[in-house]
Amino acid sequence: MNPDAASTDRPSGAFDNQVVEAFKTIPELLSRDEELISRGRLLDVECLLGPTVQPFHVTICGGQILDMTPAPVLMRSWRFAYRATPAAYRAYWQAMPPPGWHDLLALTKRGEATLEGDLHPFMSHLQYFKDLLALPRGGGLVGAS
Amino acid sequence: MSGFVEPIVGRYVHVEIDGEINRIYFEENGTGIPLVCLHTAGSDARQWRHLLIDEEFTKQFRIIAFDMPWHGKSNPPDSRYGNEYRLTTATYTATIRAFCSALRLDRPVVMGCSIGGRIVLNLAISHASEFRALIGLEAADFQQPWYDTAWLNRPDVHGGEVCAALVSGLIAPNGPQVARDETIWGYKQGGPGIFKGDLYFYRVDGDLRGRVGQIDVRQCPLYLLTGEYDFSCTPEDTLRTAASIPGAKATIMERLGHFPMSENPAQFRAYIAPVLQDILSRRNT
Repeated sequence: MNPDAASTDRPSGAFDNQVVEAFKTIPELLSRDEELISRGRLLDVECLLGPTVQPFHVTICGGQILDMTPAPVLMRSWRFAYRATPAAYRAYWQAMPPPGWHDLLALTKRGEATLEGDLHPFMSHLQYFKDLLALPRGGGLVGAS
Repeated sequence: MSGFVEPIVGRYVHVEIDGEINRIYFEENGTGIPLVCLHTAGSDARQWRHLLIDEEFTKQFRIIAFDMPWHGKSNPPDSRYGNEYRLTTATYTATIRAFCSALRLDRPVVMGCSIGGRIVLNLAISHASEFRALIGLEAADFQQPWYDTAWLNRPDVHGGEVCAALVSGLIAPNGPQVARDETIWGYKQGGPGIFKGDLYFYRVDGDLRGRVGQIDVRQCPLYLLTGEYDFSCTPEDTLRTAASIPGAKATIMERLGHFPMSENPAQFRAYIAPVLQDILSRRNT
């Protein structure tokens, strides 16, 4: 895949749905990752994560995802948001991501993701969030390799 | 094998820098052309340990890696405890030259990575006659910032964890896990504010745009090598820099990121071996 060829957040039906569905697997994947949960043991935060076409309100408590609900939710607050294009997630989740698509902050640098809000919980648990959002990597997302 | 003793020897040399004696820790192995290696911002000379035990390279080169003051086993200068650390172009250049002078190295090769790659460009601009060759890894005259360095040193964020997490993304995926872990470990061990202080040089004081065109590679050959996964100093940054230096040699290294010598030593070896061979060939002609 050439990520540059699909580097916008235009909705494109099936492709976007695959990314959204893959993102939905993160809570289940996290629940089986005791080491990652342990690294987030002091983390309690309400944040907005996911593809630009369908972000999710995510409630994290003690490193575990207690709730993940599709946005928007009426008057729901979040401390920070990390949203990336579907193409960015698909590239990030490849077993061998292409250069420049292999890190959350590489994606923000190239304009494929945005990071907003109060960044303290994100920066104080930066590796946690990098690993959390990488959980679907290599999971057989159609089109990823 | 339990009991194996590596051939690397570590010692301290007293070096006067900016009017004050610094106790500099360095490691070395090999005989031949002096090859001085500069570590990345916020880390230390352990990054070079694989090169230091290379059986082939050490037959032709005396490979030396030192911890910059404030890094690794080189303490801050006595008078500077309690002060904010900020690396400048002038002090960085003076440190390298003073270290080489203190060890009485005869026209060494200097190879630096990241901030070490940037300062190599400054050595090429201002002090080329003192060096046999210069090698810049992940080097460019400038690159765009991609995060706010204020996050690196504040009491409500663990400095070691955030420094390590930031640079973890600069390592190419799927390299040797233990090498990745070790590279990141170096960042977890830096003193408070040291990575940030190094980046003052990188982002503020060491902008070499418009100056690298002065480099004359006929006086001192210049080699630039950058990993394809380095999104801090990107391949485009290095190629742009090389394009403005007639005769500079630029190579983009596959499956490597910002820390080639430590994140995947075997892969890096394939790229650095021809460079060292070229330097040897020049000596023999």
